[in-house]
Amino acid sequence: MSATSQGRTPAAVSDKPEDSTSPVRRRRRRLRTMTTRDRIVVALLLGIPLLLDLAFVWFPAIGTVLLSFTKWNGVGSLHEKTCQPNMPSILNNGCWYGVQNYHQAATIYPEFWPAVRHNVIWLAVFVVIATPLGMLFAVLLDRGLRGTRIYQSLLFLPVMLSLALIGIIWEFIYSQNYGLINTVIGRNGNSNAIDWLGNPHLNLWAVLVEATWRQAGYVMILYLAGLKAVDPTLREAALMDGANPWQTFWRVIFPVMKPINIVIMVVTVIESLRAFDLVYITNKGINGLELLSVLVTSNIVGETQRVGFGSALGVVLLVISLVPISIFLYQTFRREDTP
Amino acid sequence: MSEVESSGTTGSPLSATRRNLLRGVGAAGLVAAGSGLLAACGGSSDKKKSSGGSKSVAGSSVTFGSNYSDPAPKAAFAALTTAATASSKVKVKINTVDHNTFQNNITSYLQGTPDDLFTWFAGYRMQYFAAQGLVEPIDDVWEKIGGSFSAAAKKLSTGLDGHQYLVPIYNYPWVVFYNKSEFAKRHYTVPTTWDQYVALAKQMKKDGLIPIAFADKDGWPALGTFDILNMRINGYDYHTKLMTHKIPWTDQGVHTVFQHWAEILPYMQTGANGRLWQDAAKALESKQAGMMFQGTNQVAAQYVTDKADLADLDFFTFPAVNPQWGQDYMDAPTDGFMLSKKAKNSDAGKAILEYIGTGAAESTYLKTDQWDVGLVTGLQVPTYNAIQKKSVEEIAKCKAVAQFMDRDSDPAMANAMIAICQKFIDDPSTSNITKLQQSAEKQAKAIYS
Repeated sequence: MSATSQGRTPAAVSDKPEDSTSPVRRRRRRLRTMTTRDRIVVALLLGIPLLLDLAFVWFPAIGTVLLSFTKWNGVGSLHEKTCQPNMPSILNNGCWYGVQNYHQAATIYPEFWPAVRHNVIWLAVFVVIATPLGMLFAVLLDRGLRGTRIYQSLLFLPVMLSLALIGIIWEFIYSQNYGLINTVIGRNGNSNAIDWLGNPHLNLWAVLVEATWRQAGYVMILYLAGLKAVDPTLREAALMDGANPWQTFWRVIFPVMKPINIVIMVVTVIESLRAFDLVYITNKGINGLELLSVLVTSNIVGETQRVGFGSALGVVLLVISLVPISIFLYQTFRREDTP
Repeated sequence: MSEVESSGTTGSPLSATRRNLLRGVGAAGLVAAGSGLLAACGGSSDKKKSSGGSKSVAGSSVTFGSNYSDPAPKAAFAALTTAATASSKVKVKINTVDHNTFQNNITSYLQGTPDDLFTWFAGYRMQYFAAQGLVEPIDDVWEKIGGSFSAAAKKLSTGLDGHQYLVPIYNYPWVVFYNKSEFAKRHYTVPTTWDQYVALAKQMKKDGLIPIAFADKDGWPALGTFDILNMRINGYDYHTKLMTHKIPWTDQGVHTVFQHWAEILPYMQTGANGRLWQDAAKALESKQAGMMFQGTNQVAAQYVTDKADLADLDFFTFPAVNPQWGQDYMDAPTDGFMLSKKAKNSDAGKAILEYIGTGAAESTYLKTDQWDVGLVTGLQVPTYNAIQKKSVEEIAKCKAVAQFMDRDSDPAMANAMIAICQKFIDDPSTSNITKLQQSAEKQAKAIYS
C-alpha cells in the first residue's frame, strides 16, 4: 500500500509550500482567475491519478478488508447471510464470517506465527547485514578500485537474473547429494549430508544468504548513485582539514547522503516485508520457510481458494506494512511543515 | 523478479488478491444470482444443449484449454486432437497454458470465458468443480463410450450428483520401484507383506544401500506414502471418508498409519524435506538406493529423461499390511477432459469427447508416452513397454483405486497435510504424531465447515 503513499507524497510536497507561504485570500483569487482550459488541465492531471489510485489501490485494499470477514471460495456471488456452523463448505459459500478468519489464523493455522517470526527475522537480517553490506560495497567501489565496473556488474547481477535461474543456481549450490557446498566440504554422503534447504532450522538462513546476495547488490547500486552525486569539494575540504577516510565518510559524506539513506531504509523495510519470490521458488514457502506473503498466496491463488481466509492474512500484512510507512510519511511531512 | 517488482510494495500476494477480486466480482456479475449453488444442489443438468444428440457437428470448431505444457505431453495431446478432428470432423483450437498457472487459475477460468473443453483430473478435484455448476454433465457421452470402460473408471468420472463429468485419458500407478539387476545380484525377493518389507529394508541397510529412496521437498510426494499406508491398514472406504473429513483426523486409525510410517522411516532416505524427488530417483538409478515408492509418471519418466536403463526398472505393489485389505487398493491418479458449463459449442465438444473415450484415441495419445497407461478395457497399445504392461495388470487387479490426497480431498486440506507430513518426517515420535493429528483435525474443521 505504500505505493499509494509514495505516489501521493510528491503531490503533497508540492502543495504544502503554497499553503504555508501564500495567504488564503490570494490563493482564492488566483483560483478564480483560472481559465476553463486551466481547470480542465488541472482536473485531468488530478483526476486521472486519483482514478487510478482509487481503482488499483483503494478499491482492492478495501475489498480485501471486506473479503477478510467472509468465507468464499471464489465461485458464485457473495451475500450478506451469516455462515451457518457445521454445514458442508460448499453450501456455506460467500457468507459473512465475522472475525472467524482472524481467529482461525491466530489459533488454528499452524503456519501463521512462524510466518510472522520469519518476516521479523528477515527484516532484522536485512537491516543488520544485507543493507550495510551493500553500502560497504558501494563505498569501496566508489574509491575507484581497479576493475570497478566489473565488480559492480558482478554484484548487481543477482538483481537482474530471472527467478527461475536463481532457483536453479541455488539448488545447485545447496542440493544435499549433488550440491556444491556439500560436495566441497565432503558431506554429500547418504548419512552425513547437510540438508540445507530441508532442515527447518537451517533453511531460513540458507535462503537469507540468497536474499542478502540480491539485496546487497540492489542497495549497492542505489548507494553508489548517491555517492557519485556527492560534491567532490566536500571531500577535498575534509581532506584539507585533516580528516581520515573513516571520519570523512561518517562525519561528512553520510550526513550529506541523508535523502538516499532514507530511500534505502524504506527499500530495505519494503523488501523484507514483501519477501516472497525466493522462498516460493525454493519450496513454495513450506517447512520452515513460511512468510506472510506466501501464506496469502497459497490460500488465495490455487484451485480451491480460501479467499476470505487469505484476505485476512493479507490484511495482517497490510497492517504490519502500515507501521514503517506511517513512520516514513510522518517524518516526511514533519520536515515539510517546519521550514 | 519483474513480476514481483511491478506489483507494488507488498509484492505479488496482494496483487493476486486484487486480480482475483476483480475477476471474482466480474464473474459474480456474470453468473446469474444463485445459479451456481442451485445447480449444484438440484443437479439440474440442463439437457437443452444436448437435445440434438446426433445433430451434425461436422465443420464446426471447438476450443480446448490444455495444461499439457511440457513438450512430450504437448506433442501427444496435439496428436490426439488431430486424430479427434479426423474422426469427428470438428476442428479443434488448442490453448495451452503452463500447467501450474492453469491449475491455480481454474476457478476464475471456469467463471470467465473458458474454452469449450479443458484438461482436468478425476476424483474429488473434479467433483468439487462439478458440484458448483462450473462443468457440464456428459451423461450422453458416457452412454456411448461407457461400454469400453470399467465400472471403476466410470466411478472416477462421476460427480457427487451421480452424473458423469469427465472422460479419462490415462492413469498411472503409485508402486514400489526397484532395479531388477540389483535384486538378482543380492538375491532379494519381492516382499508381499509388511514384515517382509521391513525385513528387506533392514537387509538393504545392512548391505550399505539406502533401502527406500525418499524426497519431499515439494511436499506432495510424502502424501503418497500416507495414502498407501492408510489404504493398506484401514481400507479404501476409510480412506475416502478421511479424505472428505467424514472421519476425524484424530482417529486411532490415522495414528496407526503414522506409527507404521515411523517404523519404516529409519530405512527411508534421510533429509527428505530438502530433496527433490528427481534426486531420489537418481539415487535409485545409480543403485545407491534399493527401492523407491512413487508414481510411474515420475520414476519411469525420470529414467527416460536421464537415459537410465529403463529395461532394468521394475516395480511391485506396496506390500499388504492388514490381511483384511491385502493389496486391493492403490493410488492411480487419472487425468482426463471435461466440458465447461459455458461451452459455446457443446455438441461439437461432446463429439470430440466421444472420440477421446475410445481405445484408438488412447493409443494415439500413448504412442510417445513411456510411463502412463490408458483406461479402456482390453486396450492393446503396441508401444507399451514392460512397465506400462505391468501397470495395466496391477491397476486392473485393484478393487478400487484412489486418486492421491490432493485429488481426493480439498486441496487446502492437502496443503495442511503437506506441512504435517513434513513435520512428522522431522520428528516421528508418538507424542508428535498425536500433536500433528490434533492440528490436522482443527484445520480440517476450519476447511470443511
